[in-house]
Amino acid sequence: MSGVPVGAVYGGGPLPGEYPYTRGIYPEMYRSRLWTMRMFAGFGTAVDTNGRFKEILRHGGTGLSTAFDMPTLMGRDSDDEVWSAGEVGRAGVAIDTLADMEDLFADIDLGSVSTSMTINGPAIVALAQYIAVADKTGVDRATLSGTIQNDILKEYQAQKEYIFPPRPSMRIVTDMMRFTTAEMPRWHPVSISGYHIREAGSTAAQELGFTLANGFAYVEAAQAAGLDIDDFASRLSFFFNSHSDFFEEIGKFRAARRIWATWMKERYSAASERSLLCRFHTQTAGVSLTAQQPEINIARVAIQALAGVLGGTQSLHTDAFDEALALPTEKAARIALRSQQIVAHETGVASVADPLGGSAYVEWMTDEMERRAVEILDHLLELGDGSILEGVYEGIDNGWFVGGIADSAYRFEREVNEGTRTIVGVNAFCDGDDGDDNGANLLRIEQDTEDLQLKRLAAVKQARGDEAVRRSLEAVGQAARDAGTNLMPPVIDAVNAYATEGEICDTLAGVFGRYVEQAIV
Amino acid sequence: MAESQPGAGREAPIRVVLAKLGLDGHDRGLKVVARMLRDAGMEVIYLGLRQTTESVIAAVEQEDADVIGLSMHNAGHLALAPRILQALADSGLDVPVVIGGIVPEADVSTLKELGISAVLHPGASAVEVADAIRRSVA
Repeated sequence: MSGVPVGAVYGGGPLPGEYPYTRGIYPEMYRSRLWTMRMFAGFGTAVDTNGRFKEILRHGGTGLSTAFDMPTLMGRDSDDEVWSAGEVGRAGVAIDTLADMEDLFADIDLGSVSTSMTINGPAIVALAQYIAVADKTGVDRATLSGTIQNDILKEYQAQKEYIFPPRPSMRIVTDMMRFTTAEMPRWHPVSISGYHIREAGSTAAQELGFTLANGFAYVEAAQAAGLDIDDFASRLSFFFNSHSDFFEEIGKFRAARRIWATWMKERYSAASERSLLCRFHTQTAGVSLTAQQPEINIARVAIQALAGVLGGTQSLHTDAFDEALALPTEKAARIALRSQQIVAHETGVASVADPLGGSAYVEWMTDEMERRAVEILDHLLELGDGSILEGVYEGIDNGWFVGGIADSAYRFEREVNEGTRTIVGVNAFCDGDDGDDNGANLLRIEQDTEDLQLKRLAAVKQARGDEAVRRSLEAVGQAARDAGTNLMPPVIDAVNAYATEGEICDTLAGVFGRYVEQAIV
Repeated sequence: MAESQPGAGREAPIRVVLAKLGLDGHDRGLKVVARMLRDAGMEVIYLGLRQTTESVIAAVEQEDADVIGLSMHNAGHLALAPRILQALADSGLDVPVVIGGIVPEADVSTLKELGISAVLHPGASAVEVADAIRRSVA
């Protein structure tokens, strides 16, 4: 506040922007470029979410992030009576066909926004629909900027939104990597996500170790598919959780950069500097939000956001305080965005790169997070006979990941129950809870969303050419049976024929099968 | 404390079927509850994710379960609850259903009127969870 002039960085090397990038991937970090304030949104129909997108852009958000509803995430159409009834448009936006994707991005110039799509099992269909919208609106594919999550490995470990078994799913991912590397140089084809691993109950060290292992697994899979590491590695990005243990989180972010850079260089022989950089998006910890006294979540989110920024994140989503109760209201989402704007513009933490670097405690915590994550990586290398990819497959098949996460989740819950871990408003300082959702004005998705979407889908099916749909799906099936054919082009053709997401996924499942997890506690 | 616990007079352990209906994949809470109930001496039949009303009913019949615990995190409770209750009635089963998860307070009375025995919110302690199950079968 006193206007003391400060330098871009303090302390010794390796400095930010220098290998192994523990202190940050850019020399001046936020002084040269602020993080992207990317707020996740999606509910109801595509038209509803399009309205929220425009609102976010109007309020100064600089990137869009799409939440899909459960049927869309699982490759089921809205009119699937067994699986979709009651779930359409509730937890995100419902997208069945290209027509919905066209509505979702209506009046938004895809050439000038960066878009994140949080979808995994059917990611190939969503990406194809996005490309088709760009094609139709005259936007060059090469200018498309954004990220599709497409991190299928963590689905088997944590989030459970898989469709096909792991190995054919990895083939789809590598097909997408090959396609975007060639045609969409500004696109991130996989966002390797620790977020869901953490939300499912892992510790910070497990989040770090599992996520980096998955990252190296994608690298090995892409190399095995014949891609050159320096052609794709710079397009891999990460997505981490920022939880409440402030210094542990900062240590985790710093360790992530160091491990990624050293392993990519030494183990995978990446030559380009850009291949070594661990770029990541951060979201505050949804699971840390309490339904009790929900307003105090605003403070939790602000502290977690600060940890993400001090950890050097490239983009940030701050959770809305009412998310333990329902999808966020516009007001709660706005407060969340304002919270990170305060961190960015009022606190001064963005003025200096890695301001905590050199703190004995922060450096120790960084080393400790690294040590624990490398232990996990070593275990997986052993499981996979020298291959992280095979180790990850094995860890999925034998329940090692889900078991480890469930153990940590249970330990946490017991600590809260026994009172050895304090959660304000839950097991301590409980006065002031108003009950009855604490007067929060919750967003409710009414049944008419589902009815609207069903009508919309029926109209699209009525208007499309059935023969073209049938032929395009046949081509998708043929490509699926031939490992040497890239699946992207036939899937783009199918979405252009207005084949539904469910039809395309069913066709792929006909060849690849469907994954069913063992129910283990 | 044991004497005051609801259902404490039973001899056989309570058998609980735990499941998630529909597509929602949030299974952290359900897994934690499974271990809580085991620690409380109950027998847990853990079905896990992506169950249908039919698969839950089949498990209740095969396992001779006393109570069903369903986890809901995707705002689908008002659609899914009537479905399972109807299916139970159609099968002639008199088995209580307890729901846990993210359920707005305003929906709790609706769910109870439909016939749901109890609704547990996030942050419910191990004792509260076990008590709700015991009370539902008492």
